[in-house]
Amino acid sequence: MAKTVKAVVIAGNGTNCEREVATACKLAGAECHIVHIAELLAGRARLDDYHFLNLAGGFLDGDDLGSARAGANRLNQATVLNSQDSLADQVQRFIADGKLIMGVCNGFQLMTKMGLLPALDRDYHSQSATLTFNDGGRFEDRWCYLKIDPASPCIFTRGLDGIYLPVRHGEGKFMVQDDMTLEQIEARHLAVVKYCDPDYQSPVMEYPMNPNGSVAAIAGVCDESGRLFGLMPHPEAYLHRTHHPRWTREPDLPEEGMGLWLYKNAVNYIREELL
Amino acid sequence: MAWRIIVGLKDNVRDARGERVKREIREHLGVALRSVRTMDVYTVDADLTAQEVAAAAAGPFSDPVIQDYAINQPLAHDFDVLIEVGFRPGVTDNSGRTAREAIQYITGRPFAASEAVYTSVQYLLSGAVDVAVAERIVSGFLANGLIQRWSIVPANEFDRERGLPVVVPKVDVGSHQVAIREIDLNVSDSKLLQISKDGMLALTLEEMKIIQGYVADPQVQANRKEVGLGAMLTDCELEALAQTWSEHCKHKIFAAAIDYEDTTTGEKQFIDSLFKSYIMRATRDIRAQAGDNDICLSVFKDNAGVIRFTDDWSIVFKVETHNSPSALDPYGGALTGIVGVNRDAFGTGMGARLMFNTDVFCFASPFYDKPLPPRLLHPRRIFDGVVEGVEHGGNKSGIPTVNGSLVFDERFAGKPLVYCGTGSIMPAELNGHPCHEKQALTGDRIVMVGGRIGKDGIHGATFSSEELHEGSPVTAVQIGDPITQRRMFDFLIIARDRGLYNSITDNGAGGLSSSVGEMAEDTNGFEMHLDRAPLKYDGLQPWEILISEAQERMTVAVPPDMLSEFMTLAAEMDVEATDLGQFTDSGYYHCLYQGKTVTWLPMEFLHNGVPQLQIPARWVPPQTDEPQLPSPDIDSTIKQLLGSLNICSKESVVRRYDHEVQAGTVVKPLTGIANDGPSDAAVVRPLADRFDGVVTAHGICPRFSDLDTYHMTANAIDEALRNYVSVGGNIDHVAGLDNFCWCDPVKSEKTPDGEYKAAQLVRSNLALYEYCLAFGVPLISGKDSMKNDYQIGDTKISIPPTLLFSVIGKIDDVRQATTMDAKRAGDLVYLLGRTEDELGGSEYYALHGELGANVPKVDAQSAMNRYRSVNAAQKQGLIASCHDLSDGGLAVAVAETAFAGGFGIAVSLTKLDAPQGLSDATLLFSESASRLLVTVRPEHQAAFESLFTGQSCRCICEVTAFNELRITSSNGNPLAVSPIDDLKTAWQAPLKEM
Repeated sequence: MAKTVKAVVIAGNGTNCEREVATACKLAGAECHIVHIAELLAGRARLDDYHFLNLAGGFLDGDDLGSARAGANRLNQATVLNSQDSLADQVQRFIADGKLIMGVCNGFQLMTKMGLLPALDRDYHSQSATLTFNDGGRFEDRWCYLKIDPASPCIFTRGLDGIYLPVRHGEGKFMVQDDMTLEQIEARHLAVVKYCDPDYQSPVMEYPMNPNGSVAAIAGVCDESGRLFGLMPHPEAYLHRTHHPRWTREPDLPEEGMGLWLYKNAVNYIREELL
Repeated sequence: MAWRIIVGLKDNVRDARGERVKREIREHLGVALRSVRTMDVYTVDADLTAQEVAAAAAGPFSDPVIQDYAINQPLAHDFDVLIEVGFRPGVTDNSGRTAREAIQYITGRPFAASEAVYTSVQYLLSGAVDVAVAERIVSGFLANGLIQRWSIVPANEFDRERGLPVVVPKVDVGSHQVAIREIDLNVSDSKLLQISKDGMLALTLEEMKIIQGYVADPQVQANRKEVGLGAMLTDCELEALAQTWSEHCKHKIFAAAIDYEDTTTGEKQFIDSLFKSYIMRATRDIRAQAGDNDICLSVFKDNAGVIRFTDDWSIVFKVETHNSPSALDPYGGALTGIVGVNRDAFGTGMGARLMFNTDVFCFASPFYDKPLPPRLLHPRRIFDGVVEGVEHGGNKSGIPTVNGSLVFDERFAGKPLVYCGTGSIMPAELNGHPCHEKQALTGDRIVMVGGRIGKDGIHGATFSSEELHEGSPVTAVQIGDPITQRRMFDFLIIARDRGLYNSITDNGAGGLSSSVGEMAEDTNGFEMHLDRAPLKYDGLQPWEILISEAQERMTVAVPPDMLSEFMTLAAEMDVEATDLGQFTDSGYYHCLYQGKTVTWLPMEFLHNGVPQLQIPARWVPPQTDEPQLPSPDIDSTIKQLLGSLNICSKESVVRRYDHEVQAGTVVKPLTGIANDGPSDAAVVRPLADRFDGVVTAHGICPRFSDLDTYHMTANAIDEALRNYVSVGGNIDHVAGLDNFCWCDPVKSEKTPDGEYKAAQLVRSNLALYEYCLAFGVPLISGKDSMKNDYQIGDTKISIPPTLLFSVIGKIDDVRQATTMDAKRAGDLVYLLGRTEDELGGSEYYALHGELGANVPKVDAQSAMNRYRSVNAAQKQGLIASCHDLSDGGLAVAVAETAFAGGFGIAVSLTKLDAPQGLSDATLLFSESASRLLVTVRPEHQAAFESLFTGQSCRCICEVTAFNELRITSSNGNPLAVSPIDDLKTAWQAPLKEM
């Protein structure tokens, strides 16, 4: 009998998409728990018990200090009751153990601001990129075409060329601290997904195909191991044909949504490499 | 000491927020600036070391990749005028709260009660701007003086060493002693009225006299003496009575005795409560008729209505209005509107998970260019603020906004209408009991959960700005805090599932007085210690604690043996919960402060003592005629209609609302080939393991009120149902909600035309009863807002009587849902329903400044047959697209179907089912009710038509590959040809940049 792939989604303090992320993990074949951060801080739940950590979309602490900034501060600072381990220690061990982390939208913002992405040279402590206000200055819900870099080490996007997913954010503009950082991200193929034209041919900088003005049209990045991945568009929002905005007029859409592919890749990788 | 941390973008980073502000200053005020840059300021009033402050500044407060920071020195440079905007004391400062929590994580020490972080924003303006212009910018756009304060500094007066002085907007409670006041009611009538007016109690003389009589009763006096109270009422008691008896809580107009006369028939009628006679009776009659098929589970008695969804799940729906607060502070008013209705939908039965939001706004044109009467905000400011408030409330709470409308009429300048709705879902059974039922038991603890109490929302409705001064907390205007509320909901849903409480309700209007007072009807009494309530700041009077409407609070009844588990869970989840007392069977509304009784009122008197209002109503129909208009140019008229505010695309607003979080939105607000066509209604699939869907839609047509509110109401109901059916909603499994927004209908000196307005209200209720019954749609919840007038000096603006009719129901399988966009060239186009000579109140007449007389009339029986047949066709997969006909009639519906689908449509007016001799303009623009435009694949023609045997169902031509709308006149000649791209451009233009 195949061993169980165990996924976890952290909830609380303004995380909103935990339920659909859990659905995605389950549809992909994992067992998935939604764990409120209070359970982690009380020491009743531990990241060590899981293979796949999901940081879901939402508005951690209202994004009041800038998207996910207060959330990143909490994860970096908070202590776990009756334990020498902090939550940050658990996250670092999770990474060292070769496990998978995916951050979507607010989760991507969180990973970036904690320094988990792009984590050049596997430095998982220093922030070198950020996600800030869309060039339009406004929140927007819009479906976008995304071109995938086939040369990327990202395990989540293996075998994929392009996906169609919604963005729903006000702070999705990806920026880097300097040109060198961008060069390295590109050179190492860490810019996994880019906003592109409807034929998935070329990255675009023009609004609305690029909804936020991200540098180099970057919509998502991974670390060099390919096991840590964050993106602004929402894969958990396209799990079934009826999620597609034009499902009533495109009869040939497959039953399974494109977003599910990312979760299936994750689960397959864990089955093959970690169990 | 207080520290000032300033955070700004590095010089080479684009300031998107600043650019947006610059753009909006130009659009709102016509002031062109060279640039606007923004900075965030944190005023930290706490005992911290310099190191700790530096860690906060470098850590959570700033982003090292794009921002710089400065501590106790300025960061601003290269500007002409600097404006700093912060909150007034006591106003909810969400970022300040988050900043405080962030520092606590860093230091590991909690802040002291008096310590806090306050946020403000600096705007650095460059260009042709001086202090006077800056003042205009800040008061006319950037800030609202009711809740915010500001300073303006020109560059040459700016202290480059120290920047702006530190301002700590701490609430200064002054020297007021906390005390209980007694009020002598043994006074003259004019004194009684003065007491009501001075105390903002809004009690009438009759009501004051009843209270006067109550307290003078010797037996009452003796009884009061026993519990240690004096012969006079305390301020707490009088406030509790005023709040419980308020129009807002008791719905006195809907409960009134009305003498109604219809002068057209000479009929006279006595109505003992509109609510009981029409609204409740409709539901009762429909439920009786439905028998075993009754879908209602909980109606009118709870915060929201509940109906059956599946065997295992029930759905909940509530719609509220937040008009007056939104008129004063559009952002805060709308934000508290949405998070407030969230609490209603959550706090129904034992608690329900929030599933979707809806919003309907009624404004004057944002391009209004006439002088505004004093104290009214410009409609554009209201538009922007309301849209943003609902955006923050809905998006941050993780609830998709799936359906809504924007309705424009000049009279909404007097009072904007902000309707916010929320649907939620609960298990049919919870721990062996129906989840939609709840009951507090004697001995249960009264526990308040969530936010703290401040002076927020005290006497909100009777607000006036003159009482505001620096240092006094703002009372009427509030800002919601979605995150505190989200934490509370996360906690309560776990507590619910663990069976940790017996009852739950929202703290909304009337605060604790209302929530505890109403819940205590279960046990007939309670005992509550006001001094135990957690406060935002010291100095609140006990009566203020009792009636404060501070947000983000729920009241729950916790059995004593569950209390410790309940409190432990709350603490772990960072949610404040406080035990305030217990529910009793004493028969009394009993509050104490520091152990001394401050209220001792019989529950019976409090809840049933209010006298019935008497209202005269007399219906004299308005004298109107049909105008004689020359034959219009059809092409340009269609474009004008598509570009009218009520019809044009609302995409710029829709996209600002997350409409698909929770991954259940199957029919989204925008649809079609380019994801930008206007959906008729929303379909939500709330359970990932089933295909059952929830359908929601609404109808609203205030323009018809100028002709007859009876038909306005019938049309609103029909519009909601035809939108609902359009997407696949099951017409035999749907419930309605009525939200009345009226101008004051009680005849008085201020309202000399009260009899007419009251008659309008009666006629609306009459139609509500008749049409709900005819359609078999039970009403499950609703709300009324009856004072939507503006009056200052000689200027009076009354809104048109407006009923929002919202529906919630079911589609058995979401995969059978249909959308409004044409799908394929060659498909046949059908018009279902007959077109009558009904241009009265139409958008077409409005284009010409006319009202007309022939208001559309609804034939419920034929509509019902049609809707059932449409449902049958949807189930068989025979319908390619379905779109309702409403504003702008057939012409607009065809154009929208065509351009949303990216195809042309050819229409022949010769084929319409209509009376002989109607003009082409009437055929195209009449707004006759109950009509649907459907496209069908040719191979389904026979099967489709057979479902409509004996009904009005005409094939009026077909979908084409030519990308043009072609119209043939009723005598067979070509009438109009327009490229669909041109039509779409006209439709998208007006609000594109909003």
